[in-house]
Amino acid sequence: MTPSTAETVLFWVLAPIMVLAASGLLFARKAVHAALCVITVMISLAFLYVAQEAPFLGVVQVVVYTGAVMMLFLFVLMLVGVDASDSLVETLKAQRWVGWLGALGLGVVLVGVVGRATYPSAVGLAEANAPGNPTGVARIIFGQHVFGLEVVGALLVTAALGALVLTHRQRLKPLVKQPERAAARVAAGARLTPLPAPGVYARHNAMDVPALDPDGRPIEDSVPRVLRIRGQEAGTAEYRADTYRRAVTAVLAERGTPATDAEVDAALGTVEDDPRPAAAPPGTTTGPTADIDLGGGSTRTETER
Amino acid sequence: MTLTNYLVLSGILFSIGAATVLLRRNAIIVFMGVELMLNATNLALVTFSRLHGDLTGQVMAFFVMVVAAAEVVVGLAIIVSIFRTRKSASVDDINLLKS
Repeated sequence: MTPSTAETVLFWVLAPIMVLAASGLLFARKAVHAALCVITVMISLAFLYVAQEAPFLGVVQVVVYTGAVMMLFLFVLMLVGVDASDSLVETLKAQRWVGWLGALGLGVVLVGVVGRATYPSAVGLAEANAPGNPTGVARIIFGQHVFGLEVVGALLVTAALGALVLTHRQRLKPLVKQPERAAARVAAGARLTPLPAPGVYARHNAMDVPALDPDGRPIEDSVPRVLRIRGQEAGTAEYRADTYRRAVTAVLAERGTPATDAEVDAALGTVEDDPRPAAAPPGTTTGPTADIDLGGGSTRTETER
Repeated sequence: MTLTNYLVLSGILFSIGAATVLLRRNAIIVFMGVELMLNATNLALVTFSRLHGDLTGQVMAFFVMVVAAAEVVVGLAIIVSIFRTRKSASVDDINLLKS
């Protein structure tokens, strides 16, 4: 039998593509491009298998080689890093030239021997494939090579176990989970609750107005960190809930003198100043200042009287 | 065209795979060269199967595929573990036992 014209055309279309793609494996700078070239070669090989009366092997070629093996290669490329390229330092002297010479010599010998040998006239698989190609292959595998198939199955299981063992990593530090993190936070004395929202208890609920605690002190942490670093935080003086001023006014009124604003200001003294330091360096959190402490302030007004 | 063309193509692919193994330094690309050589052998096996009218050649190619799959799994696991310890996939860097 001789190959049909269609098969000849297919061969002469696919063979140059395959050789070019294989050369791409040799010359590609990036490993991903090399992997794509190998995938091209393997899919073309599947076409050639089907053309050569081996449809079962053609399907297996696509499923096993391009579908599983090359995808595994791509996964490992992603693990190792796509940018991992060749080092250009030659550790072995003249290895490049010897390698080229060896490969070229091998190619010349193989092509020369295989091309010049005389073969018996081709028989073709029409007779062997009569019950169907997969059926014929299955008869041979499960008839003559059952033990070989069992050994191959054991080999596959061993390979899977070996891959698990080889890529297993021993844990050097104990696993840190949520309970351990919580215990560490409590031990460090850090803030346990979520940060308060800006504007809570203040007269304004914009993002840049710090919240006030029940004593009327501004809570620095309630303003978003970005605004604090940019220095876009609003002053607390104008939005502060004037609990202290109202308390002083009430005390003065209780004493029988309906206080004017000026008198209240005089009684308050420096207390009403902007409690925050004038220029907090960016990034540092300024804690509430001591001079607006309501308890201390009220005792002072008591003694001043 | 005769079936010899397939065998010549198989020989060319095999030599390119061998050249890849000899010349490239990235371990993964070297491994792809090995795969290319196995595939070239499979093409020769399928062609000889057709030449002799005997399906045993295809069965051999099938076994080669299965063993190649197992080999890829172990080989890539070795490459990954070497990359973890050496932070490199270059075959030239694997000279830990030297001197």
